[in-house]
Amino acid sequence: MGSPGTVPLLDLDLQGSVDAILADLREVVEDPTFPTVARWREGGGRVLGHFQVYFPEELAHAAGMLPVKVRGAAVERRSADSHFGSYICSILRSSLELALSGALRPDLFVTHPICDAARNLAAIYGRNVSAPAQILYLPQNANSAHAADYLSQEYRRVLGDIEGVVGRRVDDASLRRSLEVFNENRRLLRELYALKREMPWLLPVHEAYVLLAIGGLIQREEHNALLASLLPRLRERAHRPQDRMRVVFEGGFCEQPPLELLRAIAEFCYVVDDDLLIGLRWLTEDVPVAGDPVASLATAYLETSSYSPVQHDLRKPKERMLLERIRGAKAEAAIIAAAKMCEPGLDEQVAYAQALDEAGVPYFITEFEEQMTGFEHLQIQLETFVENLLFA
Amino acid sequence: MTTPAAEERTGRGARDGARLFREWFADLTREAKPGEKTGYVFVMGSLVELLRAFDMRVVFPEITSLQTAVRKVSDEYLSLAEDHGFSPDVCGYVKADYALQLRRGDHPMGRIPPPDIAVLTNACNTYLKWAEIWERLHHVPTVTVDVPGSRGLPGSVRTSPEGHERDRRYVELQIRELIVELERVTGRAFDIDRLREVLGHTNAMGRAWRRMQELNRSRPAVYDAMLEGTIYLGVANAMRGTPEAARYFADLVEEMEEKAARGISPLVDREERHRLIFVGVPCYPIFRRFYQLFSEWGGVFVGSTYMWFASGGLNDDFEYDLAHPIESLAEGTLRGVTSAVDSMLFHDKVLLDAIDTFGADGVVYHPVKSCRTVSTGLADSRRAILEQRDVLCLYVESDMMDKRVVSEAQMKNRIDAFFEGLESRRLRLEAAT
Repeated sequence: MGSPGTVPLLDLDLQGSVDAILADLREVVEDPTFPTVARWREGGGRVLGHFQVYFPEELAHAAGMLPVKVRGAAVERRSADSHFGSYICSILRSSLELALSGALRPDLFVTHPICDAARNLAAIYGRNVSAPAQILYLPQNANSAHAADYLSQEYRRVLGDIEGVVGRRVDDASLRRSLEVFNENRRLLRELYALKREMPWLLPVHEAYVLLAIGGLIQREEHNALLASLLPRLRERAHRPQDRMRVVFEGGFCEQPPLELLRAIAEFCYVVDDDLLIGLRWLTEDVPVAGDPVASLATAYLETSSYSPVQHDLRKPKERMLLERIRGAKAEAAIIAAAKMCEPGLDEQVAYAQALDEAGVPYFITEFEEQMTGFEHLQIQLETFVENLLFA
Repeated sequence: MTTPAAEERTGRGARDGARLFREWFADLTREAKPGEKTGYVFVMGSLVELLRAFDMRVVFPEITSLQTAVRKVSDEYLSLAEDHGFSPDVCGYVKADYALQLRRGDHPMGRIPPPDIAVLTNACNTYLKWAEIWERLHHVPTVTVDVPGSRGLPGSVRTSPEGHERDRRYVELQIRELIVELERVTGRAFDIDRLREVLGHTNAMGRAWRRMQELNRSRPAVYDAMLEGTIYLGVANAMRGTPEAARYFADLVEEMEEKAARGISPLVDREERHRLIFVGVPCYPIFRRFYQLFSEWGGVFVGSTYMWFASGGLNDDFEYDLAHPIESLAEGTLRGVTSAVDSMLFHDKVLLDAIDTFGADGVVYHPVKSCRTVSTGLADSRRAILEQRDVLCLYVESDMMDKRVVSEAQMKNRIDAFFEGLESRRLRLEAAT
């Protein structure tokens, strides 16, 4: 058995058909036993679990840990519900369930004050799971001249805790190597999304999602190799363009809609951009490798980053950013979704709707839950929405 | 034998608190003086002293919102906001305030002026979403001051004096940036001596606040932390940094000492039978009735996490250093917000301490739909407390604004059953001794 970093975590035949590879990846992404994480552990690897939305995974990667995006799962909740009240979103419950059941129990768990519910996870994890749990305070005063310095120090603090878990120091050279790996990953993901925008008939949203989400479950080197191998082959697919509406999907920054819901949307629309798992694409440009790598990461979080309802930045009003996303993707309409009980998402729906009304962009508002299984109603509504626009 | 003066003192806190509130709303309702500006702030890390140093009028939207529920009209405001697209599942305070803004400040206690600036901390994420609404509606500056709180349960995350100083320094630098913004908005120069004066009033109020809480260890308790405590909390926030607040709390301590000395309970017509700790936010749509459901059984809330997390750090044994007001304001804000957030997220130890020091028999958890900061961890906290102390816990959900999710009959059944348990436990303990 090799060291954790050298063993592929996916059991894929990259020479197989693209469809077969995507089907295999989908199984892994939806598997609530987290087989890639289990395989990593079999090799003796340590795991850092980070709750949505964004975490500087380079810090864990440089320490030789597997950074895993904790994004809930469609699991039966046998224990977690008794730890929460009624008005709490599903992702929090299922994320705790994964830890309580042992399906996903990181060696270090990090959550963020992205919302009032998520910040509580550190305490609830801390009381019920033996591994350490903590909060990373990402700055909400993004417009302060001192936010980047603060964040750099906060990243160093977290890095110190990571070093405590792995039992060794992480030097700047290791961090720079990780930045390079993640820069390559960011480049490939930009390419993936460019493909969605330019030729969406080649890559429906549920397939693009699988290719993105798998990155939160494997080493980035492996993700890079996978994307590098598949992207040219996706461009060669024999799919023909159809007369479908180009839409932006907004509302997938934290709790994730079921893949079947995305597939149902793809029946009627080309999703040409979205905010699904936006944390994996939070940094929009390469992070400079020269200089202090931690400071570079901190600056990138604030200066060259995407947007979401859980970050406050006066330079990035969310509704303006959404309109830019719509225009940049040449979308004709937007699907404005929110997870049930997701306060930031539900609040943002109001602002988005007002801005889209003013801009004359048609939109479809909906709610979802990771546990939902019936999509017929949504399909009918969406079909009606699309037909109304097509035949208006 | 009680003197007329002593009679006058007992109950003075409630009367004076109500008067101060009427005056506060009247002051907000009057026409603004030339050049006078209005700031919106929140109770957790309000930094109100800074705004007072610029002689601004200050609105606490959490308080104006909850008052719509206390005055039984919150449903009108919630409905209006929901008509504009807000979900029934989001914070009722935000929705009531959104509707208030649409109604040009029309409020059952007066007319609330719009903001010229909003100042907030990250103590609650909904503050951020709320302030974004004002940005959109009024196009006013909003300044968020990051206050990094505890990173985990005590002992689970490394802490150090250097780390604390880094956080304090970050808060201080942001406060200095805020001062520049306040100078711009008000067109006035910052007066550090005025800030010293204001902080001095808060210091005096804080000393009285802590003494008052200490006095509630008396048997019987001298006030109900859920009923009267909420009035005191309102004054402590809305009038923080004023001589009126400092005087009010000095008087209140005098009143409470009198009650402690004479064994006067807040229960008017029955004896104190059960000492309780309240965890969460009160049920404002039926505020008085909610209190009665407990008091009818002789239950008195001797402590309340509400008075901890919503008091702006007054529970913390800290006083501003008037020789270094800005540095000290940063320290106080960091400690205050940390203590507030700890009281909601990491409150196991403070709850256990409160159970011990106040001699509590039971803990009442009241999670609310509107506030996930307060409510998310309560079911889990209850499990943890039950493992560590021989107390009874009641977990009853409703809301602080939305009467659609307040079922008084169901609530009464749960509360009655809780007290039956407490009574039977008491009988068992008495029989055993």
